[in-house]
Amino acid sequence: MPSAAVIEIREVTKCFGSFTAVDGVSLDVAAGEFLTLLGPSGCGKTTLLRMLSGFETPTRGALRIDGEDVTHLAPYRRNVNQVFQSYALFPHLTVAENIAFGLRMQKVPAAEIERRVGEVIDLVALGGFSARRPHELSGGQRQRVALARAIVPRPKVLLLDEPLSALDAKLRQQMQLELKRLQRHLGMTFVFVTHDQEEALTMSDRIAVFNRGRVEQIGSPSDIYHHPRTTFVADFIGEANLLRAEALSRTPAAVRLRVEGGLEVEIPAERWPSDWTSGVVSLRPEKILVSKRPIGDAAGFTARVTDELFQGALDRLHLQTESGTRLTALVANESALREAIHAGDTVWCGVHSDDVAVVGPA
Amino acid sequence: MHALSDTAPAPAGGRRAGVMAWLLLAPLGLWLVLFVVVPIAGLAVYSFCQRDDLGRVIYDFTWENYARVFDPIYLRILGRSVGYAAVTTVICVAVGYPVAWFIARQRSPLRERLLLLVMIPFWTSFLIRTYAWIAILKTEGLLNGLLQFSGVVTAPLSLLYTPTAVIIGLVYAYLPFMILPIYGSAEKLDNALVEAAHDLGAGPIRAFSEVIIPLTWPGIAAGILLVFVPAIGMFAITDLMGGAQVPLIGNVIQNQFFRARNAPFGAALGIVFTLMFIVTYALAHRRRRSSASP
Repeated sequence: MPSAAVIEIREVTKCFGSFTAVDGVSLDVAAGEFLTLLGPSGCGKTTLLRMLSGFETPTRGALRIDGEDVTHLAPYRRNVNQVFQSYALFPHLTVAENIAFGLRMQKVPAAEIERRVGEVIDLVALGGFSARRPHELSGGQRQRVALARAIVPRPKVLLLDEPLSALDAKLRQQMQLELKRLQRHLGMTFVFVTHDQEEALTMSDRIAVFNRGRVEQIGSPSDIYHHPRTTFVADFIGEANLLRAEALSRTPAAVRLRVEGGLEVEIPAERWPSDWTSGVVSLRPEKILVSKRPIGDAAGFTARVTDELFQGALDRLHLQTESGTRLTALVANESALREAIHAGDTVWCGVHSDDVAVVGPA
Repeated sequence: MHALSDTAPAPAGGRRAGVMAWLLLAPLGLWLVLFVVVPIAGLAVYSFCQRDDLGRVIYDFTWENYARVFDPIYLRILGRSVGYAAVTTVICVAVGYPVAWFIARQRSPLRERLLLLVMIPFWTSFLIRTYAWIAILKTEGLLNGLLQFSGVVTAPLSLLYTPTAVIIGLVYAYLPFMILPIYGSAEKLDNALVEAAHDLGAGPIRAFSEVIIPLTWPGIAAGILLVFVPAIGMFAITDLMGGAQVPLIGNVIQNQFFRARNAPFGAALGIVFTLMFIVTYALAHRRRRSSASP
């Protein structure tokens, strides 16, 4: 991945009256990167995007795009374009006129406008629709027009504000793939805002998880998923069993933890702050290996299956340990070769120490 | 009409809904017939009649009234009326558009209150409001008093009974009819469209001319119709604030009925004038239909 930062966000804060929407965020986006701002509604991700497009001005802090300070630069002087959640297509213009709008504003010669609009119409597979008005298009087609209109001026950065949220599930999956393919093809920097974790995991090079105006964690999708560093991240992305843990003993290399429910496991010392006696760890439901007997000398604990829920490809097991701790495990129901586990069974649950993520103090 | 029959669930219900609709429409229909169709029909009949020396209408067919309408004297007055109405309309658009836009962009409680301010003048009689303007503009009036007191002028300006006074009166009377329809369009305009224009590199002027104006055009067109057409025929303001200095077509028609006692000629002027309205409206409507998205 190219490493030069095309966007530099420095200690940016945005207040609306007494409400702090974005709270001291610093973040770099590399050229050609697909960065997703992920978080629940009201977490500040859209406000940060709007500061990048210029529709909001930071209360404090600075924004640089391509080395230029744009903190107070008007939206129409920035080399970024946005795909709006509502698409915001001009209803009085045709598809081709909508797409040509940005080029006309840049005073690109007419012949070149025609050529570039034609190219981008082919790129987003809208051939034959150029003379239509937005209201004559389907939701997916409008989405493509909005995308084409935003990429044709060749911005340094494309900002996408939940562009897929209005599409049905099937179309959304297809558009996720197309967006990703388009981004690679253009080599353009994308900043994508969504509250949909699956969307974020599928498309992003990196994800910045937002909560209450702050970046909780930033990293690759697998890093965010496998190594959540806060309870919020563990809980918001995927499913998590959040359990209390106590440090039993400590060597320079490793810390031995006793996790609520009876699991004892050793983790590398650098993942457990030296001044903690207790903390919270996260176990992903699918990382719990459920079997009738202990396997090797792996760390584990025993529990009773209280409920078994059939979910198609997966079985969801509700577990309860002897001490009363409740957990969820997901197991594949691949074939008859797997030993059958049913509600009421007492089972052994194996956990690898890599899958124990320390997410916060107790 | 066909919307009603389309949504009728069953033939029997449909019939009932139809009868019900006609019953509900009857008062409106009656009103239109009594106060629109009958008077205009009466005018049309009058316009082909003659009058005796006492001003009584004689039901004897003639084209003469219409021939007189095209006398250069009246055409000039008509031209002047159109000119005054045009100036009024332009000022109303220039003043009313920013006001309507500003109100439409406010948050909800403030927006309704500002809108109420636009409508409050309707609570007072139009004549009383016009007399208030006379009190402001007359030689010993409020405005001159203020200008002299503050030393801007030494001798009072003669403002009343001038074309300027007529224009002030017309703009004052018709401004709300420009603000309200433009507000209606501006309020519906999605702010994301304005943002999209800025995002794509359009500065304030281009965003205004390329996106905001085209999308609020229905409101502007409605405002122009509501101001321009009635302003041509207005006679009360020109009478009261223009004195007899600048007679417009409305004054001429009024005079034919009540001073010259020549109802047939007044009727002919009225009919020609009404036809002009209709043609203007039809042209504006066709333009609007072809320029708006189909």
